[in-house]
Amino acid sequence: MKTNDLIDMLSANVEVIDRREVSRTIATAGAIGVLVAIVAVLVTLGGRTDLTDARALISLVGKLVFTLGIVMFALIFLGKYARPGGDRRTPLGLMALPFVAIGALALLSLLSAPSAHWESMIVSDRWHECVLSIPLIAIVPFALMMSAVRRAAPTHLTRAGALTGLVAGSISATAYALHCVDDSVPFVALWYGGTIALCTLAGAALGPRLLRW
Amino acid sequence: MGTSEDELRELMKAGLEGDAAAHRSLLDRLSRHLRAYYKNRLSQIGRSASEAEDLVQEALIAIHTRRHTYDPAAPFTPWAYAIARYKLVDHLRRTKASLADIPIEAAGEVTAREDHVDTESTIDLGRLMAQLPAKMRNAIQHVKLDGLSVAEAAIRGGISESAVKVSVHRGLKALSAAIGREKPS
Repeated sequence: MKTNDLIDMLSANVEVIDRREVSRTIATAGAIGVLVAIVAVLVTLGGRTDLTDARALISLVGKLVFTLGIVMFALIFLGKYARPGGDRRTPLGLMALPFVAIGALALLSLLSAPSAHWESMIVSDRWHECVLSIPLIAIVPFALMMSAVRRAAPTHLTRAGALTGLVAGSISATAYALHCVDDSVPFVALWYGGTIALCTLAGAALGPRLLRW
Repeated sequence: MGTSEDELRELMKAGLEGDAAAHRSLLDRLSRHLRAYYKNRLSQIGRSASEAEDLVQEALIAIHTRRHTYDPAAPFTPWAYAIARYKLVDHLRRTKASLADIPIEAAGEVTAREDHVDTESTIDLGRLMAQLPAKMRNAIQHVKLDGLSVAEAAIRGGISESAVKVSVHRGLKALSAAIGREKPS
């Protein structure tokens, strides 16, 4: 085939392009992911029933600020990293900020409590439920996000994959927070933060395979 | 580079708005940049420059079918370069086995032929088109090769206009994927 013939072909009947398509595809995948994750948590685990208590409510809001904050933050990054060459512009290290922040809060709350309480603050009886649930609930949002990101033609697949995993993990953690009654900051920092980081690693590992276009 | 970036970006933006002449001009200019880029890169690693034209065409198809991923607020050249580089890396990975077949000494021989601009690739459009599902093949044939309007193609194919557009878009992506699959691995 001659290159000129190809150019003739590609420039025949050129269509108008919707420039919001990438953002919309990613946002739609994220929104469906959130819905699926919330339904999954409410149906299989059930929502927490102690929300008439003001302290429980405040803890829930705090957890949602942490997890939804990561979702929004990561989606902004993903809007760039999902596109060709988008990896050149934005420093990915900024994504560590929410984790550093909650780590610092966790340390403060440990230091202000007697050391005898530390174990119960960090490891409750339900840590294993958290560690299992967040990655499992993340699977559907993960698949939805990967498919949306792939359509945006990323060129750095490991980083785009990591961000996709981060979004899926934090969406899942957001939904799980509706069920989880462990409210200590060190617990959230370690088990929420840890499982979200795990989802990020899974995304980085699978990105080169799942995001190829 | 400055003026080239500005001009290419304006052509790209006009093309996104549906300006066919601007889009053709963009692809034409890009094809020359891409050819120089690929010949240079392939010769540096001792690969045959004859692969360059295949890559030029693959990159052009990718740039066309992924136009929606360009953010008009961002510079154009890094976007196009990222696609060009991605296609090169992809090509080299797919054809890894043949890398060992080409001795490094051949590099000089290959560069000697660099000034000869060969615009024919090994990609056989007719054969690739034959692999497409009939709906996509007809849509591309009518809209992209015979130059019918989308409305005319819709009447001829007995399908809606949006179905024609979707078939053309999917068909071009499928062609691009088929080109990748055909490479020796």
